[in-house]
Amino acid sequence: MKSQPFEAHLRTTPDVVIIDLSGEINAFADGAINQAYDQADQQNTANILLNFKEVTYINSTGIALIVGIMAKSRKNHKRLTVYGLSDHYVEIFQITRLADFMAIFPDETTALTTAA
Amino acid sequence: MISFLRKTFGVSDKSRNDSIESPLIDQPAAPASGVQAIEVEINMDDPLMDHLIKASGIVEIDRLEFDSPTLRILKDAGVKITVPLVSQGELIGLLNLGPRLSEQEYSSDDKRLLNTLATQAAPALRVAQLARQQQLEARERERMEQELRVARVIQQTLLPKKIPQRKGWHLAAHWQPARAVSGDFYDFFEYPDGKLGIVTGDVTDKGVPAALVMATTRSILRSAAESLESPGQLLSKANDLLVEDIPHNMFVTCLFLLVDLEKGEITFANAGHNLPYKRTQNGVEELCATGMPLGLLPGMIYDENQAVLNPGESILLFSDGLIEGHNPDGEMFGFRRLKTIMEENPGGSSMIQLLIDQLADFTGPDWEQEDDVTFVVLEREISPIAESVESIGLGENDWVILADLSLQSEPGNERVAMERVAEAIQQLPIDPDRLEKLKTAVSETTMNAMEHGNKYQPNLNTDILVKAGSGVLKIFITDHGGGRPIPEAIEPDLEAKLAGLQSPRGWGLFLIKNMVDEMRIHTDEKHHTVELIMRYEG
Repeated sequence: MKSQPFEAHLRTTPDVVIIDLSGEINAFADGAINQAYDQADQQNTANILLNFKEVTYINSTGIALIVGIMAKSRKNHKRLTVYGLSDHYVEIFQITRLADFMAIFPDETTALTTAA
Repeated sequence: MISFLRKTFGVSDKSRNDSIESPLIDQPAAPASGVQAIEVEINMDDPLMDHLIKASGIVEIDRLEFDSPTLRILKDAGVKITVPLVSQGELIGLLNLGPRLSEQEYSSDDKRLLNTLATQAAPALRVAQLARQQQLEARERERMEQELRVARVIQQTLLPKKIPQRKGWHLAAHWQPARAVSGDFYDFFEYPDGKLGIVTGDVTDKGVPAALVMATTRSILRSAAESLESPGQLLSKANDLLVEDIPHNMFVTCLFLLVDLEKGEITFANAGHNLPYKRTQNGVEELCATGMPLGLLPGMIYDENQAVLNPGESILLFSDGLIEGHNPDGEMFGFRRLKTIMEENPGGSSMIQLLIDQLADFTGPDWEQEDDVTFVVLEREISPIAESVESIGLGENDWVILADLSLQSEPGNERVAMERVAEAIQQLPIDPDRLEKLKTAVSETTMNAMEHGNKYQPNLNTDILVKAGSGVLKIFITDHGGGRPIPEAIEPDLEAKLAGLQSPRGWGLFLIKNMVDEMRIHTDEKHHTVELIMRYEG
């Protein structure tokens, strides 16, 4: 089994910044995910979307990284929205109650419509 | 004076055709007689031979007038009279006398006395000859036995001095030659990639010829194994090398197993050897592979087959000596009996002693071992962790071990654990959503074990045992962090984390508990074992 390295890339629209995440979100993703978020945070938008469509694996350390980003967004008054999660990770977001603090959408179109 | 015959005709097989070898005619030092010690070999076609055998008593040498090489020697040596010593119709020696010291002719009394002496001396001499012959034969036997003892010691050095020791596996071997030396052999090859090669072989015939071919075969296999791992290619190369050197009408049966000790996968090829028996919980099965014995024809190709050895299963490799052992009624031990014994008894190394005992019982105390007997047993052990979890209380359920893993504690290996467990349980009817949850639970538990239990120390492995039975799956994940309790799996305070009042971490145990039907924690002085339980339809 080959591990898939984590990557994060930004896409910017007038209303939102989308962070396209891919690979595995675990301890190794720490630097890249926070760097991407900090860059997104500097954009002059109130909405930041996390795209999980290409994410293959999230472990508890990855959950902690997402919680860290959520804490930052709360502090900076940014609205964090996620989409593209598999059913399994939607359930994990519900169990961990992350879903109580972030809107979760199935795809980008729905997420953009709601966020805009 | 009288010459004494100290040693006389020893008739060898060869000499029976045309000669009798080396009668030694010896006499004490008596220079006055003019007679000297002589050693004479009388050919069977020497006319003197016929004359002496037919003579009824003493023979006056100087009165004989015919062409005989021996007669000339005797005359030249000053022999006056010779008395043939005949035992059971066979000329066994001569009693030779030179001229009397008084220079008178031998009287009639002298001749009678000599005849009487010869009559009594001949059987005594024969007895002495036989005793000496036996003594020589005994010495020769002793010398040969000594040589064979040395040969056996040398041959034993050709067998592995040590049985490879690998964690989670047990190997055992037994080698019992029918004679001092054997044509059976076994060997182990440890490859740099961690795989283990196991070879057993049986040379036709037994004793010294087989032992010599065995030594050659073993060297050829060792040499081939230096550059080859593939069992089929290895046998093919060994065959091509051996076919040039092996004596006509001899060949070698040989079985080669390449074992991936990490996965339990076995690749094997066979050159006419007995098929190995694999013992599982469901019975005993043959691992089939066929091929021509080594040394018969060049250019042979050997097909490779695959098998998997799961924890608790074992493989027996054996030579003909076991199967072809006969009891006093002439019945053969046979494959069926072997299979039944394996089915009815525990596998592993205890199987070897059991088979030795069973063969001894079958053949009886007076059995003269007919052929060399060799066994090699490879057993994949149920790990100590697996044994210890037995005591955790699995009840009477009929459990099947689906995986027994031991992984080095390093970041990222929790993903390996997750995939390996998923692979092991893929046949179980587990709903895909629940399977994903179970995978997450395994990954999280393994990560905890590696990070917190074993502190990512490379020498401390994390062990994982997967068992299934009657609709219940149990996964035991064990680390070396015993002695301190694992904290309760309470729900993390997300608000506090979002407010920056707590670390964002600390989700593992909570996640695990919510991913499976039940999570149990077992802690002793040395280990933590987290038991994950998931039910499924089945």
